[in-house]
Amino acid sequence: MNSAPGFFSETFGKLRSDPLGICGLVIVVMVLLSAIFASYLSPYDPLEVDVYDRLASPSWQHWLGTDQLGRDILSRVLHGGRIALKVSLVAISISLAAGLVLGMVAGFGPRWLDRILVVCFDTMRSFPTIMFALAIVVLTGPSLNTVIGIIIITSIPTYARIVRTQTQAVRDRDYILAERAMGASTARILRHHVLPNIAAPLLILASMDVPAVVGMEAGLSFLGLGVNPPTPSWGAILNDGYSYLRNSPWPIIAGGIPLILVTLGFTFLGESLRDIFDPKLRGKGGDSG
Amino acid sequence: MTGPVLDIRDLSVNYRTEQGMLRALRNVNLQVQPGRIVGIVGESGCGKSTLISAIIRLLAPNAEIAGGSILWKGSDLLTLDAKAMRALRGKEISMVFQDPMSSLNPVLTIGRPSTDVQHRDSRSRQEKRARAIRMLERVDIPNPKEQLDRYPHHLSGGMRQRVAIAMALMTEPGLLIADEPTTALDATLEIQIIHRLQKLQRDFDCSILFISHHLGVIAELCEEVVVMYAGEVVESGPMRDVFSTPQHPYTRKLLECDPARIAEVSRHLPVISGQLPDLVDLPAGCVFCERCNQAIEKCRTERPIAGNGSHNAACHLVNS
Repeated sequence: MNSAPGFFSETFGKLRSDPLGICGLVIVVMVLLSAIFASYLSPYDPLEVDVYDRLASPSWQHWLGTDQLGRDILSRVLHGGRIALKVSLVAISISLAAGLVLGMVAGFGPRWLDRILVVCFDTMRSFPTIMFALAIVVLTGPSLNTVIGIIIITSIPTYARIVRTQTQAVRDRDYILAERAMGASTARILRHHVLPNIAAPLLILASMDVPAVVGMEAGLSFLGLGVNPPTPSWGAILNDGYSYLRNSPWPIIAGGIPLILVTLGFTFLGESLRDIFDPKLRGKGGDSG
Repeated sequence: MTGPVLDIRDLSVNYRTEQGMLRALRNVNLQVQPGRIVGIVGESGCGKSTLISAIIRLLAPNAEIAGGSILWKGSDLLTLDAKAMRALRGKEISMVFQDPMSSLNPVLTIGRPSTDVQHRDSRSRQEKRARAIRMLERVDIPNPKEQLDRYPHHLSGGMRQRVAIAMALMTEPGLLIADEPTTALDATLEIQIIHRLQKLQRDFDCSILFISHHLGVIAELCEEVVVMYAGEVVESGPMRDVFSTPQHPYTRKLLECDPARIAEVSRHLPVISGQLPDLVDLPAGCVFCERCNQAIEKCRTERPIAGNGSHNAACHLVNS
């Protein structure tokens, strides 16, 4: 990526002047920390059943109450965050990497290869995600890895298409021709010249994709297609709460709020970063050329 | 003196278009002797760019080489495989492009491509950087060390073009192809760059193939001139001879149109009336005869062939 001295501090400086961006950053950091340190922050074992204390309202013992099996919801929410972020991190980085390679090949390679790849991307994208997920789960059975797999398969075409478009936009620039004229190989041009040009928008896209993936994991788990019980997942917490909504509203609230927070945090941060890196807005601060 | 480093013989290049074969270059002959600066002059669309693209073998996908050979130090570039050709580009034949605004990658600091062009050397990063700094110094860039960490948009057009020249010469090539490198710059910068190129050419003892439509620049810099018109070489020879005693009517007209040579102030600049011939459906005779006021009957029917001396023109009036 950009290895300019002070690149991160410069970005952070610009981010600081945007209240929504700083708000997003704070939420994202909080969510990340709570997921990383979930085992230390949780007051109880998220799987510990206490049938005498079922569906309790928030109290000093259980800050967010307990679910239908008397498990501490706060502990489950914290561990659920770990699952959600693990899924999004793994799924997004793998699909980003694969999409990057496929997209650059399609955007830079021969036209026939481009056509074949685009048809593949579009075929993949034409499946409704939930239908596709249902079909896969029927074949393989619900598990965390299945969820990650489904998300990877359905997001690769999206990333690849964007990378392809960006690559095509850069491909015919003079500096690429200049590199060729100076004897650079295709691999070298892609790595050193195309990648830095498309990396920033792609990373922003990936950060804005986190809530979508978190939501997808929660949705699949809610439908019983995701993680197996009793593993705590935000979707599973919502599902449990949904069944006992008449008895207690707290599981739904406790499972829903982190989803909202993650969505808001990553979206704010992503939008703020996009504004910072937007080529149309970039250069406003510096001398134009 | 040994033979020419670059010897283009009878080169013809066609473009496949929807209208038919566009015959962009026809039987082009051009020699570049070691350590010489050769200028190619001609109006837009005369095939200058196609010619240099053919030399570095980076023609558009719809182009095909219909015939001829491009000999680089005796070996034909047109028969080299892609890998061998790539090894040659940037190492033995380097290039400077017309627009310095777009020929540098905007998201990389100057230092990245300047060290990157040395990718064939097995030197350390620091050594490559040091070399880049020395090269930037040689093209008159102030504080080269600091410039390496700046982005192209921090630099002015003249500075960027100097960076591009420094990068092209980093590998000490045998031939530098400069494709209108000063056209995008203003006049004072233009002359600075020209003088710098002259000095660098002497220091590195390389040959330069300089493409321009600016006659003044060609006259200042080049030792030999090749005048192109509609995909053919119409006149070639030592710069002084071509400029003082032009043989081909097109060269004469071109020189008449040079604003620097017009003696009296006039409201209307001289023009060469008429248009370029259709390169898909070529005239049978001389390509310039439609616009030539000295054309004779032979010009319409028979293609003129350039002579084989030091100063040649492809014109029936000269060769008969």
